[in-house]
Amino acid sequence: MRLNKKVKPEGGIPTSSLPDIIFMLLIFFIVVSVLREFTGLKVLLPEAKKIAKLEGKRHVSNIWATKEGIISVDDQIVKVSEIRNIMYDKRVADPQLVVSLKADRQVEMELISDIHQELREADALKINYSSKAGGI
Amino acid sequence: MLIKKKKRPQGEIPTASLPDIVFMLLIFFLVTTTLDVDKGIGLVLPAKGQETEVSKNNITNIFVNATGKLAVGSGDDITLIEIRDLKQEIQKRLVANDKMIFSVKTDSRTKYQTYVNVMDKLKQANARRISIADTEG
Repeated sequence: MRLNKKVKPEGGIPTSSLPDIIFMLLIFFIVVSVLREFTGLKVLLPEAKKIAKLEGKRHVSNIWATKEGIISVDDQIVKVSEIRNIMYDKRVADPQLVVSLKADRQVEMELISDIHQELREADALKINYSSKAGGI
Repeated sequence: MLIKKKKRPQGEIPTASLPDIVFMLLIFFLVTTTLDVDKGIGLVLPAKGQETEVSKNNITNIFVNATGKLAVGSGDDITLIEIRDLKQEIQKRLVANDKMIFSVKTDSRTKYQTYVNVMDKLKQANARRISIADTEG
């Protein structure tokens, strides 16, 4: 008697195109990755509900302000009165400049108001109050 | 005669470990990538010397004191309000007058978080015309 032998399916996954797939992943990550430029200061950002994404990082410049009143631009501690010159230079170099204000939630409004005035002097008018999702 | 044939060196690069190398690169980029994008409340400050006179009827003042208490009103008609009721109040005023400008006045010791909360409420209520008054006190 002849029994039909069941054909065992081949159990291997073709791995010859594995390097190509990984290359593609690699290129994706190279393209999307932005190496952190500045570390900034330690701040606890305020919370808000209606927050929007900041488009791209190319036109964004950060100002950090801690609750002790320390202000940092591009990892350099600056005085409030120095902001106008720094931001004016940046504004001239990039007219689409958006200033992202990363201020601690405990900062008093006097400082924020001073920064506003400095930014207005520098004609850097587009600002963004950096916040975390949450809030009331 | 026996001529020694010169042995040609093998001219190939071994590619068997290529996936491993690429994997390593991939993992490096995976680890160093920060996909977090900046989020926040956008605002355009008025240019210097652009202060304009506006009719009193079109202005609603929002006062925020140092302890975070709010008051809303125009002219002498000012009422205290809770932050959770602010959105509805703004919407009500926008319906009554769609040209309404909301002027946020803060004390110099008001906390930034309170200010951001007020801005957040203004944005939630779709108020487009927002003005920031100088701090007082």
